[in-house]
Amino acid sequence: MFKPLPDSRSGCVTLTIDGQSLSVFEGQSVAAAVLAAGLASCRTTVVSGSPRLPYCMMGLCFDCLMEIDGVPNCQACLVEVREGMVVRRQQGRRGLQP
Amino acid sequence: MTDLYDLAVVGAGPAGLAAATTGAEQGLRTVVIDEQASPGGQIYRGLERSPLAEPGFLGPDYQRGAVLLERFRAQDVEIIDRSSVWQVTPECEVAVTREDRVRFLRARRVLIATGAQERPCPIPGWTLPGVMAAGAGQILMKAAALVPDGRVVLAGAGPLLWLVAWQYVRAGAHVVAMLETVTNTARRAALRHLPRAIGAPDYLIKGIELMRTVRRAGVRHVTTVTGLRALGDENVKAVAYCNGGTWRELTCDLLLLHQGVVPNLQITRALGCAHDWDQAQLCWRPRLDAWGNSSLPGIAVAGDGGGIVGAIAAEKRGELAGLEAAHRLGTLSAAKRDRLAKPLQAEIRRHTRIRPFLDALYRPAAVFRSPPDETIVCRCEEVTAGEVRHLADLGCQGPNQTKAFSRCGMGPCQGRMCSLTVSEVLAEALSRPVEEVGAYRVRPPIKPVTLGALAAADLEEFASDDHGHEQPP
Repeated sequence: MFKPLPDSRSGCVTLTIDGQSLSVFEGQSVAAAVLAAGLASCRTTVVSGSPRLPYCMMGLCFDCLMEIDGVPNCQACLVEVREGMVVRRQQGRRGLQP
Repeated sequence: MTDLYDLAVVGAGPAGLAAATTGAEQGLRTVVIDEQASPGGQIYRGLERSPLAEPGFLGPDYQRGAVLLERFRAQDVEIIDRSSVWQVTPECEVAVTREDRVRFLRARRVLIATGAQERPCPIPGWTLPGVMAAGAGQILMKAAALVPDGRVVLAGAGPLLWLVAWQYVRAGAHVVAMLETVTNTARRAALRHLPRAIGAPDYLIKGIELMRTVRRAGVRHVTTVTGLRALGDENVKAVAYCNGGTWRELTCDLLLLHQGVVPNLQITRALGCAHDWDQAQLCWRPRLDAWGNSSLPGIAVAGDGGGIVGAIAAEKRGELAGLEAAHRLGTLSAAKRDRLAKPLQAEIRRHTRIRPFLDALYRPAAVFRSPPDETIVCRCEEVTAGEVRHLADLGCQGPNQTKAFSRCGMGPCQGRMCSLTVSEVLAEALSRPVEEVGAYRVRPPIKPVTLGALAAADLEEFASDDHGHEQPP
């Protein structure tokens, strides 16, 4: 859905989303990385289970909630990608953490 | 009681940066808390660490922020970045989360400069992947060097929609169409404000130039669109639009929606500040005096969060708020404050001359504020406009009641994406003015904070860390 413009940055970091390894530009948010990678969704909703992607990219809509490094319900548009980051899509409702 | 900070500013957009700079210049110990990795707000997003090899295509208004940022960087202001404020108390305590760690700050005065958010654009299908806010498209350019890959349609109304179209065209994106929802009534109403707008012609000239470039690039411009639907199953495949009573479809890979911007009121609402309904801008705004003081002592608001004025006027409002903070905290006399404020007030008058024209022209049509029954209004809990209307029929008198009955507005976004819509749907259904129907009660925490982070928050450390701060009784 999105493609990169000529980029001034050189560095890339590698993270995994649901086990899939992705090389992404440093400095961008996890939500931007999800869109750049062309993923179909970042979560499914708690009520109907329908797929969602980020909507506002500025911390308002909470549609980009993802599990990042074990912490569920992170706003992926407000978290910068980091080397070795483990990201998971949220399917439906969150359970309680053990 | 000695305070840790004189002035705590929430938000590092034009107003927050200008207020913090002015406050520091006047001798105030100032801190700025911001959600992003670098200051600038959404308008100057990523300016100091742009990923773009050639950011020039974004236009001169974006580059303008460099002057403000340079002035800010010259002052000794602490900036707490990548941090969410989840509570501000009437005692001027600010609760902040940074990387899942909680911190409490105390200030003698708090300035809320959280700016604007896009007005919700509820249309059927707007929750589909591939439908986004126009501002999101712009943020992806500024912060991640991303442009749409495939056919993009922009729909709605407002200056930002044209700006994004212009930037996309310059970046080489394939903008298929601009579906403008401006009504004929709005066009006629705007004409009355044109003479005043011509008093500051640069905004009009800029707007005309944007539209000309976009049209010349071959973007189809459909005017007076009276209905919009996003179509698709797993993601958006097309947009349907109604024009002259006929529905047509356009295939697209990305649909960007926009209906103007409104103040982001999450903090002032949670604080219990007084708010008023603004019938010209069709939104709530906190009740402020000429210096930005809210109805609560020590709590002020500057910038678009106090009513939409645009980036330059927001910056000047920030400076005014900085002067007022210095005056209230005893480093600036009233006479000197007034003298320094004079040129700022003149600038604000000049830069807001266009506002009544823009407010009238881009006044969102009723069908986009109180959408058809099948439209999801609460994106989090997936509650439709029809369900809200049904609850009004059953006797619900306001948004807090429909929330209790349906969970509408009770999801993680805490009503940010549906508050205005639900208030307007109920006002229409109950045939009562919006100001009587009211808005959601907002409660802290206004941003997610984990129990673990709360439990780990060291209040003792906070007390000993605070550089001679005396414990309150």
